[in-house]
Amino acid sequence: MGLMDFFKKKNSGDIAKDRLKLLLISDRANCSPDVMELIKNDIIQVISKYMEIDADGLDIQITQTESEGNNGSVPALYANIPIKDMHHNPANAKG
Amino acid sequence: MSEVIVITSGKGGVGKTTTTANVGTGLAQLDKKVVLIDTDIGLRNLDVVMGLENRIVYNLVDVIEGNCRMKQALIKDKRYPNLFLLPSAQTRDKTAVTPEQMMKLTDELKEEFDYILLDCPAGIEQGFKNAIAGADRALIVTTPEVSAIRDADRIIGLLEANEMKQIHLIVNRLRMDMVSRGDMMSIEDVKEILAIDLIGAVPDDEQIVISTNQGEPLVGRTDTMAGMAYANICRRIMGEEVPFLDLNIKTGVFAKIASLFKKN
Repeated sequence: MGLMDFFKKKNSGDIAKDRLKLLLISDRANCSPDVMELIKNDIIQVISKYMEIDADGLDIQITQTESEGNNGSVPALYANIPIKDMHHNPANAKG
Repeated sequence: MSEVIVITSGKGGVGKTTTTANVGTGLAQLDKKVVLIDTDIGLRNLDVVMGLENRIVYNLVDVIEGNCRMKQALIKDKRYPNLFLLPSAQTRDKTAVTPEQMMKLTDELKEEFDYILLDCPAGIEQGFKNAIAGADRALIVTTPEVSAIRDADRIIGLLEANEMKQIHLIVNRLRMDMVSRGDMMSIEDVKEILAIDLIGAVPDDEQIVISTNQGEPLVGRTDTMAGMAYANICRRIMGEEVPFLDLNIKTGVFAKIASLFKKN
């Protein structure tokens, strides 16, 4: 393990760059609540076609998550959408 | 045509004041009429970096409040007759000035000066808002560190939201020896992350500390890398195309041998 890690070890400059890239994605997203609000409204619209959701309880944010395959973490859009009723309007679901 | 340039960074201690002093002095060396304004009310520093601290009578707040005329508050530099400093007030706070008052002040100075340089305080509060209010363009100073770049990114976002026309990047305190061993982000890394145009890169240079100790900006001194880097930034501000310095020169084998002889 030790030897492999030694070869894989990243320079601290690269570590800094990777950390910054991730950090800035969430910083920039947080910087513009307007954009997050737009995304939220669009999600409500799309999901509402298929089920009845609690629009007030909906929460979206940009977080970091461990990616599979790729080493390290990647930014992810996390959405928590409380469902009120699955069989809202079946007619809409076809369209 | 005169231009109002704000020097800002978000994070403190990355070299805004040193950059303001050197760029201002450098533009004066190029025969431009320049005024430097310290907008950090309550924590003035540009006067000491310029070596003009003993000549302050009136300050920025005095001008804005009408306690004196502009001419009385402007301190003429001892080395360049076309270089002036408008010092900040030391015993007041940022609320003493509004963005509207700053705009009026810079408009008045535009009639007489080619370049008006504003040394912005750290942070994104009132002092920052005052400093950017009247500016036509911005120079973002950052060091190749995670914290400084993060703050610079935030500042760039705020400047873009305020419709700043031109935003340029200065990467300060580069240590090429560390960059070459991969222990510091390179100029290219910083440029890529912040995605704005580079106007200059200044190497970490102990001569900066010495020149600040003496109150003598080192811009234009060809015996220092930092001095040459600042001189190039000034020419680029004036619209000239100047190739970027090869900051690696000093760490080359020949330079190392040369420095061995120098020490003896």
